[in-house]
This record gives sequence, C-alpha cells and structure tokens, in this order.
Amino acid sequence: MAVTTATSAKGKRRAAGPLFVAPFMVLFLLLFLAPLGYAAYLSLFQERLIGGTAFVGLDNYVKAVQDPLLIHGVGRVALFFVIQVPVMLLLALLFALALDSGLLRLARVIRLGIFVPYAVPSVVAALMWGYLYGPDFGPFAQLSRNLDLPVPDFLSEGWMLSSLANIVTWEFVGYNMIILYAALRTIPPELYEAAAVDGAGAWRTAWSVKLPALRPALMLTLLFSIIGSFQLFNEPNLLMKIAPDVISSSYTANLYAYSLAFTGQQVNYAATVSFLLGLVIVIASYAVLLTANRRRTP
Amino acid sequence: MTTTAPAAPITTDRSPTKPPARRGPSSSRRRSTPLTIAMLAVLAYFLLPLFWLLIASTKSTQDLFNSFGLWFSDAPQLLANIKETFTQDDGVFVQWLLNTLLYAVVSALGAALLAAGAGYGFAKFRFRGDRAAFNLVLGAVMVPTTALAIPTYLLFAEAGLVNTPWAIILPSLVNPFGLYLMRVYAQDAVPDSILEAARIDGAGEARIFFTIALRLLAPGLVTVLLFTLVATWNNYFLPLIMLNDPDLYPITVGLSSWAAQAQNGGAGASSDMLALVVTGSLISILPLVAAFLLLQRYWQSGLAAGGVKQ
Repeated sequence: MAVTTATSAKGKRRAAGPLFVAPFMVLFLLLFLAPLGYAAYLSLFQERLIGGTAFVGLDNYVKAVQDPLLIHGVGRVALFFVIQVPVMLLLALLFALALDSGLLRLARVIRLGIFVPYAVPSVVAALMWGYLYGPDFGPFAQLSRNLDLPVPDFLSEGWMLSSLANIVTWEFVGYNMIILYAALRTIPPELYEAAAVDGAGAWRTAWSVKLPALRPALMLTLLFSIIGSFQLFNEPNLLMKIAPDVISSSYTANLYAYSLAFTGQQVNYAATVSFLLGLVIVIASYAVLLTANRRRTP
Repeated sequence: MTTTAPAAPITTDRSPTKPPARRGPSSSRRRSTPLTIAMLAVLAYFLLPLFWLLIASTKSTQDLFNSFGLWFSDAPQLLANIKETFTQDDGVFVQWLLNTLLYAVVSALGAALLAAGAGYGFAKFRFRGDRAAFNLVLGAVMVPTTALAIPTYLLFAEAGLVNTPWAIILPSLVNPFGLYLMRVYAQDAVPDSILEAARIDGAGEARIFFTIALRLLAPGLVTVLLFTLVATWNNYFLPLIMLNDPDLYPITVGLSSWAAQAQNGGAGASSDMLALVVTGSLISILPLVAAFLLLQRYWQSGLAAGGVKQ
C-alpha cells in the first residue's frame, strides 16, 4: 500500500511541475518567441512599388550591413557603451565599497539618495536634464551668464554624447550600486577576520576579499549595461525635440529602427534592423560572459 | 547555502542594539569625516536635478526664464501649477495617471505571479524538458526589450491589439529575469521538508503553492513586483509605438507630448505648457519614489539574492 501511494504521489508531483510552469511558458512563446519569429519572417521580404511584397531571401540583411546610417548608429552606441558603462560601474563600485566600509555617517540617507533616480522615469530624467542643460533657463547657463563666462552648450554636436551619458549614469549608478552593495553584505565575516589576521588593511581587504566576491554581481550589472546601452532610445528621442539639428532620426540604432517603421513605413527593413540589433546585443553579451569566464579559470 | 539565503542582512545594519561582532573590520574603526563629506558631494549631484524640479514646479513659465533656477521666485505658485496640470485638456493628465496605474499594477501583479509559479515549478519539480525550457528563458534575458518592441508591434497590428491597453500589459507580463530570480529564491526559501509534510497531510499541489509556498516566496515576489511596476510605470518605447489615442497614453508618453507642444509653441499661445510639463514631471515621480522608500526591506533583500548567486 505504502509503495503504491508513494509512486502515485510522485506521479502527481511530476504532473504538477509543468502546470506551474505552463502559464509563463505559453506567454513566453506568444510574446517573446513569436514576435522574434515574425520579425525574422518579415525580414525575408521586401515591399516593391510594382508587384507588391516579394520574397528576397537575405537581401535586407545585405542592405543593412552596408547601410551607413545603421553602421553609424551602432558605432555611436558602441562608443557610448565603451565610455559610459565603465564610468558608471566604477562609480557604482566605489560608492558600494564606501557604503560597506562602515566609515560613513548618514550611510542610509546617502544610499537611498543615490538610488532615488532609478525610480524616476527616463522620460522625466531626460526632460529634466534637457532643461538643466538648456541655454535659456538652465541653471548652468544662468550661472555662467552671471559670472560673465561663456555659456556651455551641452546640447551641441560635440557635447551631446557626453550629455546623454551623464543622464544615463545619473539614472543607473544607484541601481548598480545597490546590487553590488547587497552582494558585499553577504560576504561572511570570517573572511574579514582572516584578512585582518593576515595584516591586511582596508584597501588590501577591498582588493583581495571584496572584489573577488563581487564577481557574479559585477557580471550581472555589466550584462544589464550592455543590453541597456545598445538599445539606447528614450533619452536621445526626448533630447531630439530640443536639439533636432544634433540628434538625427538615425542617431542610435534603435532610433533608426523606430523611424524606419513609423516614419518611413519600411516595415520589412525595420524588422531586419530590429532583428540584427537584437543579434548584436546577444553576441556582445555572450562575448563578455565568455571573456570573463575564461579569465576566471585560466 | 544559508549565508546566501536572501534574508535581509542589509537593513539590519547600523542598528544600535546589535552587537558589533558581525561587521568584522569596520565596527572597531571610527567614522571618517572626509569620506562622509565626499559622499555627501556625490549625493548632491544625484539630488540636484530633483531639487531643481521641485523649485521649478513652483514657478510660472515666465519665472522659469526670469529667476535663478535653483531658488524660488518671488511668486511661488505650486498649487496653481498643480491645478493647471490636472485641469489642462479636460483633465487628460489624470487620465494618464490612471492609465499608468492600471498598466503598471496589472502588469506587475501578473508578472510576479507568473514568475513565482514558474520559478517554483522549475525549482521544486523535475519533469521532461525542464532544463531545456529554463535555459531557453534564461537566454532570453539577454534579448533587449526594445529590439523586441517593433516585432511585437507588427505582430499585434496583425492581431488587432494595437491601440488597446492589452498592447502595453501583455508584453510586460513576461519577465525572464523575474523567473530566474524566483527560481533562485524558491530553491532556498521553500524547504522540501515542508512540501513533503504538506503532501503527507494530503494537501493538493495547488493548495500547497497558494497557502504555503507563496508566503515563503513573498520577499522575492515583492522584488519582481516592484521592478516590473517600475519598468511598466517608466516604459516609454512600447506605449509610444503601440498607442496613438491620447486617452490611452501612460504618463510618460503624455508628458513627452506636452513637452513637444511646449517646445513648438515657443512663447506663443501655449507658453504656459512648460510649467505644466515641469509640474507634471514632479507629480509623476512621487508615487514610485514613495513605493521604493516604503518597501526598501523587500527589494533590497530580493536583489541580494539575484546578484549573489549566478
């Protein structure tokens, strides 16, 4: 008797697993894989002036990899990634270490204050910084005018990428800091005691104990940052309205895909660009993961 | 395992009654004034724009131009601005707030429950294909949501879902990272022994999940809930492409359309739009800031779980 109930209970258990997983997986198929599949399908066609929609194989992809607008857009976000992400993660790391050092007064206020921008919608962040940057009533311009200094033009061609980087950094340093700080708090105290016994100072402890322990958390923040910077859209889209001469409709790759689909009505080509952009991000993510893992196990 | 279990080690720091043993190297040392000053300067950078926003929302559009940005003008009019914001275009701002609330709350509840169910299923059950299915979702963490947005739009256009609330809610329900987080969380937070005991008592799997597991998963659930809430509340790209009826706009798209009007209007008829954009921005960030401050225990410990184990 006991044996049969055990097996039937086990059978029921095995049946229950898929039921818990099913709702998520069904929506995942419909809302994640189906759009990707549909975009891949659309990218194989072209709308012609004569003869309607025609199957063209990989022609759209051939066109895309040679499209100077797309190449510039991807290049710009790649440059953005190379400069902004290290700065942001380094700042987040320094702030997390400072908070964890126990040397700060008002640590709680500082922690939450740095994190607050994450709760601000990127639309509001971009609007706000756009006004702050602005030459008319931005406080920076006001101050320079009062001091008879040249008014800095943060929205000019030369400054724009840095101005965007500043907005994104402002939004996300706190979020990354919290992830790193949370990881620091889980380091077992024995490790610190061992380091203290070995005569390690604060910097030495940070370098030899804390940094290695932060590795998984750092990977996570890096991964999210890759995804975030390559799909840059909101901030340039909003600053475009106050600096239309500097930010074109193909300023970033994502902005380009958007304008192709909604201004240019080139649906098939837009699907191609979206698909390619997703591919670039996935490849970049895996490349970073692989490099990091190789370094861990030499 | 127990050291990485996402209990809340974070919020218990600095409590004066706690014995100082836990923080080995730091507790014996004194606080550092230079470091504190440096970090306060950093804090000032992060709070400065918000301070500006607060000041700016007390000004008329004229005063925005004529008075110094980081201090009040002679005639503060915060209440008048708020009233203007709420009544402009027959109260469309209120409609946007309600839309945002609807989209964000439904998406967050749905996403958190779906992720909790699936995370629990993957953590506590073995079945054919479970590993492959989980890895498939894990790979999707890297697929950027905005690269997905245009394909989703094209698909939804075929299905007639464009320009409906579903166009915003449905895509927000699937949160691959939320699933990953819940699976990691369920592994430790729901002990197998409790599940076995409940099964011996004859409880069905659904009942076990809803009465026992969900309660144990609560901190992780709140984390996913809160972060989906933020993601949907702040979402701009998806509603921008999915919706063209202003009555369906969330606050982000609405504010950006006002900002465009303020920009185009210049000093003409819509010259007071600028003050409305600024005041509307202030109002739109208050609910989320409040939610984060009130729920800090939960999301901080939940994030700890996600960041520590990979």
